[in-house]
Amino acid sequence: MPVNPELQGRVFPPTEPYLVGREKIREFSRAVFATNPINHDVAAARAAGYADVVGPPTFAIVIQEATLAQLLAEPDAGIDFSRVVHGEQRFSHSRPIVAGDTLTATLTVASVKTLGANAMVTAESSVVDDTGAHVVTATSILVVRGDE
Amino acid sequence: MIGLTVGDVVAEAEVQLSRDSLVRYAGASGDFNPIHYRDDIARSVGLPGVLAHGMLTMGLAVQPVVDWAGDPGRILDYQVRFTRPVLVDAVDGARVVVVAKVGQLDTEAQIARIDLTVTVAGETVLGKAQIRVSIAEPRPAEPDVA
Repeated sequence: MPVNPELQGRVFPPTEPYLVGREKIREFSRAVFATNPINHDVAAARAAGYADVVGPPTFAIVIQEATLAQLLAEPDAGIDFSRVVHGEQRFSHSRPIVAGDTLTATLTVASVKTLGANAMVTAESSVVDDTGAHVVTATSILVVRGDE
Repeated sequence: MIGLTVGDVVAEAEVQLSRDSLVRYAGASGDFNPIHYRDDIARSVGLPGVLAHGMLTMGLAVQPVVDWAGDPGRILDYQVRFTRPVLVDAVDGARVVVVAKVGQLDTEAQIARIDLTVTVAGETVLGKAQIRVSIAEPRPAEPDVA
């Protein structure tokens, strides 16, 4: 089944609130070789003006993941996970993610483009905090390979 | 940040990846796609072997710039294109080399665009890898997160 072009413009329901844990930020930081004290040490983060340790610039992928799962599970999307290649990624921050944040993400399918047998899906997940203020937008371009 | 010029190399780093790094990233990120830890499955979908998560390469490549900027909160925007997969050999792993240069300076907005060159064995693995970094002194005020 090819990717459904009618996905373009579709807005998904917000994800369940995600409480950002201090140890999760430390674990993710170790995994991406982030050694900056502001990622690990509460005192260093507070000295820099943050309430708690700060997530690395790509930490939002952990929050975005739930929205990509929504997209792949959408019954009429026609996106076969085994054919998906991650083409591009972007994070645009209004502010960094800090331990203690409660975040929800809302996915919009910004575009669906067909290129020969392949389709390019631009998935834009807007992440807000519990006051509704924008934190980061995570955008993925997924290339869905068609039948050879 | 005074005296910054377009073309300046602001940071360089080399990171040795092993299969352990991939398992660690899988756990931390929640991306358990088996092409990142099982050769048999990677080969069954036409790959030469186990690959690093693109998001791991993206995540580690920005770190030298975070350390240069002094604060992860100065990274305003970060984008990459995944142009070539990073094969991680079970024994030898893979060595990722990052060079970060000033691509553009907006002195009015106090934002530098830092362009990354990210290579493995001499071949570029990330394209259009660009970071917008706040170079304001002091750091722009944060919303009240307490």
